[in-house]
Amino acid sequence: MSKVLLAIGTRKGLWLASSADGRASWQVSGPHHPMNEVYAVAVDTRRDTPRLLAAVTSEHWGPSVATSDDLGETWSEPDHAPVAFPTDTGEALGRVWQLTPGPASLPDVVYAGVQPSALFRSEDGGRTYELARGLWDHPHRPQWTPGFGGMAVHTVIPHPSDVDTITVAMSTGGVYRTTDGGNSWRASNSGIRARFLPDEYPEFGQCVHKIAQHPSRPEVFYAQNHHGVYRSDDSAATWTSIADGLPSDFGFPMVAHPHRPGVVYNFPLTADGMRFPPDARCRVYRGEDGGRSWTELSDGLPDEFHTAVMRDAMCCDDASPAGVYFGSRSGEVYASANEGDSWRLVVSHLPDVLSVRAAVVA
Amino acid sequence: MHVTVLLPGVLRQHAGGSAKLDVELADGATLGALLDVLAADHPALDRRLRDERRLPRRYVNVYLDGVECRTLLGIDSPLADGVEVQVIPSVAGG
Repeated sequence: MSKVLLAIGTRKGLWLASSADGRASWQVSGPHHPMNEVYAVAVDTRRDTPRLLAAVTSEHWGPSVATSDDLGETWSEPDHAPVAFPTDTGEALGRVWQLTPGPASLPDVVYAGVQPSALFRSEDGGRTYELARGLWDHPHRPQWTPGFGGMAVHTVIPHPSDVDTITVAMSTGGVYRTTDGGNSWRASNSGIRARFLPDEYPEFGQCVHKIAQHPSRPEVFYAQNHHGVYRSDDSAATWTSIADGLPSDFGFPMVAHPHRPGVVYNFPLTADGMRFPPDARCRVYRGEDGGRSWTELSDGLPDEFHTAVMRDAMCCDDASPAGVYFGSRSGEVYASANEGDSWRLVVSHLPDVLSVRAAVVA
Repeated sequence: MHVTVLLPGVLRQHAGGSAKLDVELADGATLGALLDVLAADHPALDRRLRDERRLPRRYVNVYLDGVECRTLLGIDSPLADGVEVQVIPSVAGG
């Protein structure tokens, strides 16, 4: 591990932090793409030269995806809109919420989850995308509804080895999964509660905030729901609560450890109607043994923290030991170089942090 | 007929660096037809002015001789020979 890059997407641009000393200190540059919302970032390390991808949305000039093959020194965008709904849909792209590199065996495939809820696929490394018709034509789609933040596919998880299997999550709508390359999709929400609906356990319609998958055990998923924290051991077919041991079952991010099956990270907020951490203390919770037990992580984190961490504003890098990162709506970014045992402030006074991703790049 | 398009500084890089574009159109052409002509030559400009439904973006205002197009017929507004079409970003953001 000679260099780790941390990409920080905010409401007003992208910042890049790099560390060449084992994540002890960070050099920060930015803003890149100033005054653009950056809901999604990705560090694609499947090619010899890492590629950065950033979903950039200008209030004035609309949404786009920018890529960089020199770690953010320069950026490029195609002349035509890289993500655009076909004319027959009658829709216009609101923003890209998620950029996810495909499996290692398909190094030019990148997926984009977008608002309104849809999945797009790129076969040129994330420069241009096409609508995935199978999900768009799903008979449930007219019944998916927007939450406060909009109606979006915010999570895309390709199976690490089976190129035909992809799992997505949307708010509201819940979890959907294809095993035939996207031709057909099945709702996968059994056991996830929707306490804002008369039928609290519907087939679909849940407000799933984030799901995560263990790379080495792709049948294991974790979910942070709009109240409710769950694990699935059967490829998202059924879900079981793992909220015991957490101070709250509300929150947004859910991050799986890159190497250690059974380890997951969560940032609880008090409740739907009280979106601060419990007792206003900034705390990350690390789940062990598949979330059967939780450890409060506090070393280096503040005790007065009247802010929140958004669904894509927490991540791990791929180093060993793994680094863990999160950013807040108050513009602070914290990093742990020892799997969450202790934390350091990377940067503060940024705009609202919407997304973070990190990887070893050299 | 002849139409002049004025662009704000931030968009000029997407129109070959030009602040002003001179466009020849058929008589009776609409604002939408003008934007279609611009799109053919300057797609990177077009996607910043319109979404994929060919509608002006919410915070993009287009003035026809000083009158914002939404107070007329929007993209169906007819253009007169010699009209000055000015693109101005509206007040937005925080």
